[in-house]
Amino acid sequence: MTPSVPTVPPSAPASPARRRRRHPLRSTLAVVVFAFCVFPVYWMFSTAFKPSTDIQTDQPQLVPLSWTLDHFRTAIDSDGFWLFWRNSLLLTVGAVLLALVVALAASFAVARMRWRGRRAFLVLIFAAQMAPWESLIIPIYIMYRDADLLDRLPALTLIYFMITLPFTIVVLRNFLATVPEELEEAAQVDGCTRPAAFRRVVFPLLAPGLMATSLFGFITAWNEFAYANFLIIKDQDSRTLPVWLTSFQNTFGTDWGATMAASSLFALPALLIFLLLQRQVTSGFASGAVKA
Amino acid sequence: MQATGRRAGRATPPDPPSVPEAPPAGAGSPAPAGRPPRGSGWWPYLLIAPTVLGTAALLVVPLLRGVLISLQDFELRQLINGDAEFVGLDNYATLLGDARFWEVVRRTFLFMAINVVAIMVLSTLVALLVERLGRFGRTMVLSGLVLAWGMPVIAATTVFQWMFHSEYGVVNWTLTSLGFESFDRYPWFANGPAAFAIVVFLVVWQSIPFAAITLYAGLTTVPKELHEAARLDGASAWQAFRTITYPMLRPIFLLVLCLEVIWTFRAFVQIWVITQGGPGDATTILPVYAVQTALSAQRYDLGSAASMITVLLMSTVLVIYFRQLYRQEAEQ
Repeated sequence: MTPSVPTVPPSAPASPARRRRRHPLRSTLAVVVFAFCVFPVYWMFSTAFKPSTDIQTDQPQLVPLSWTLDHFRTAIDSDGFWLFWRNSLLLTVGAVLLALVVALAASFAVARMRWRGRRAFLVLIFAAQMAPWESLIIPIYIMYRDADLLDRLPALTLIYFMITLPFTIVVLRNFLATVPEELEEAAQVDGCTRPAAFRRVVFPLLAPGLMATSLFGFITAWNEFAYANFLIIKDQDSRTLPVWLTSFQNTFGTDWGATMAASSLFALPALLIFLLLQRQVTSGFASGAVKA
Repeated sequence: MQATGRRAGRATPPDPPSVPEAPPAGAGSPAPAGRPPRGSGWWPYLLIAPTVLGTAALLVVPLLRGVLISLQDFELRQLINGDAEFVGLDNYATLLGDARFWEVVRRTFLFMAINVVAIMVLSTLVALLVERLGRFGRTMVLSGLVLAWGMPVIAATTVFQWMFHSEYGVVNWTLTSLGFESFDRYPWFANGPAAFAIVVFLVVWQSIPFAAITLYAGLTTVPKELHEAARLDGASAWQAFRTITYPMLRPIFLLVLCLEVIWTFRAFVQIWVITQGGPGDATTILPVYAVQTALSAQRYDLGSAASMITVLLMSTVLVIYFRQLYRQEAEQ
């Protein structure tokens, strides 16, 4: 199983009569594409479970012959693992919650109210969604340095909040649009105030949307590397998991088993969320937002 | 394309068009005629205030600051003392007169072209394949794509470093076993073109899921009857693709294309982690060059200028993207 680029020729025309019949070429190609996608993920996990003697060998085994949890122990026991894990989690959850609250307000204004400047606001959001974050590292670094915000996790949280905010607004607005306005109006006719109508009628209907949106925000923030790398410089205890992972050579040297175990522990939440949200992912729900 | 995710009870085949991003400005909640406009007054402005403030402080101001720095003489001394002087377009002139900068620009476009072509071609083929598979095969391939998509950039980057490890890497082992003896202990990351190729491979691997799934979602909207008709008329598979599938798919195809072009610059992370632009300059593309110049060589002014040139390049594509998005929504 070589992880090489598959060459997938366009499928041959299927005659209507043969629809859904086994098609050896297509099945083979499907397996190739599947293997191509899955192999690196598989290789990460399988290396993490192999004993070191089976890792540092000229004959790598595609399927581990024996299994061990040693590498996971090494990774977890390594200096600061829990600290970085906690940093990443606090940072991510903080950013997502903040984005959720702010986005809920903004998307309500956009989806339910008419006001001057609404269009301009939407254009701003769409533009912000495509913000060139890679090109803003230098000014943000300098601004943070001047304001003495380097090495501070809350300051980094603000950046993550801003990275996830536009997407959150766009998606929540779409979700809000699916909740009939009449429900709200009916509640108001029955004597609810507008905020109460929102809280009792719209909010529960919005819950799945909030859930999915926050999970995607979670992934974006959890995976972010560039700003965590350039805004946290001196204070090593404020680093996040991805940054720590990239310095694995300092931590684990040539211990690839431990590196892959650490990598697996980092990737697992994101992979689980993606599989959990498979339907949303494949329906294009997250289009443009999450490019892991 | 309302929030498709909420529709219950549908298995893997995605709901139709699902254009990246969202409807254009003004598409949501059309106020039916006769109903008085709601929510005038201060409320909406109060509700959007945090968003506007956040965007201004964390996006607009940094962008303007970037422009300002690129017009100043801003090095380590100015960073500490804060007495940067305005020098007009000097930094841009320095950059444009630098052969190395042009080399980086050329490499950026090469990197972009290879990536985007590979991503678009392979994703289209994967999408066409998925459409033709049975239920089981389709679920399998889509799950594989989702798994690859969900893999965090840093985790994938680390695994690729391990797979291409010179001594114990599975790639060298496979190639050697297949008879390519020259790959025995081949040091991928020490060789410019090889390192470049690995970064391309990594980016393509990470980008295919999004593109393939989006294109597949687009394919499912092409009416089956059209294909039946073409087949009855004796059209070949290629003809059917060119005359039916592609024209129907074109809008989504263009959107994905624009996104992939813009996202090329996100490869900054992978490159920074694997090679930091090296060996030599072999993997230095514009954003990498900018950060190197600014944060490693302390030429914040030149780095900012390079960043602003990058932003300018991206905005050009972005304008095309938004136009396409807008046109498509207008048609619906």
